[in-house]
Amino acid sequence: MIYEVFRQERKGQPLQHAGTVTAPDERFAEVYAREQYGRRQESTALWLVPRKAVREIDEFPDEFDLKYRRVDGYSIKTRLREARERAGTLEMAPGGGEDG
Amino acid sequence: MSERTDMLLELADDELILGWRNSEWTGIAPFLEEDVAFSSIAQNEIGHARALYELAAAELGTTADQLAFDRQPDEYRCAPLVQLRRLEWARTIARHWLYETADEIRLATLKASDDPQIAGIAAKMDREEAYHRMHAEMWIDRLLSSADGRARLNEAVDELWPYALGVLDDELRPELRRHAEERLGRRLPDVEPVSRGVHEAELAELWEEMTMVRRSAPRGAQW
Repeated sequence: MIYEVFRQERKGQPLQHAGTVTAPDERFAEVYAREQYGRRQESTALWLVPRKAVREIDEFPDEFDLKYRRVDGYSIKTRLREARERAGTLEMAPGGGEDG
Repeated sequence: MSERTDMLLELADDELILGWRNSEWTGIAPFLEEDVAFSSIAQNEIGHARALYELAAAELGTTADQLAFDRQPDEYRCAPLVQLRRLEWARTIARHWLYETADEIRLATLKASDDPQIAGIAAKMDREEAYHRMHAEMWIDRLLSSADGRARLNEAVDELWPYALGVLDDELRPELRRHAEERLGRRLPDVEPVSRGVHEAELAELWEEMTMVRRSAPRGAQW
């Protein structure tokens, strides 16, 4: 079995893909991941995911080159806040309507 | 030499020589992940040896390196179990498990020591040994789960059993037997232990290799 290993470098940081371990089962995978990605105190947490559990998406067709879908250079923050105020959903928004 | 330094050197020599033996698998273990894990365990054992030599060295007015490398082969106090040269993989796992099982029993008594330095170092070692035991136990379960694996494990354990008993003092041996028999689900042979103080010919060979660099450098060389 192949397990994908994700590693957190410091508490609070996101886990990032570190590599894989090949192991006959989860118990072996845990021991091997610990030795391979944790023995030098380089990780504060590891996630092990069986590769079979990973659903991969790798096709993103854009046949008509829809540039207007890209939001580069378009500031949305103020408009979004105003729209939320009108809709009465400001408190429900991430950050409770705080700026930023 | 006090009883305390005797004990420290026995334990340190066990860890150093087993660490050395386990490191002989580096690069040739059955598969890559196991290679990394087993080599890492070997490095841990040698780290434990260093800490123990340092404690003994403070009392003897010497250094950890001198204790580790400047004695003659027959002055080492390691149990014959750890001296045996590279065994094939089933025997290596059997030795690893037998040693870790015996070591857990020994560390439990040392953790209860009145000597705070001994109790402290035993507790620290035990926190790392817990992962070595995890590694050994998963292999034992794996081997026990198939007829072929069980046969190979049993054969290796029977062969190494007199050596395993020799790791511990008389009074702790029954506990090792109880633990091992329960785990394997069978009786183990009644045999004479191969006790500490016996030096296998393979130890001299290991010593030649282990001390080669140090002997080739002038005294007092800094690394």
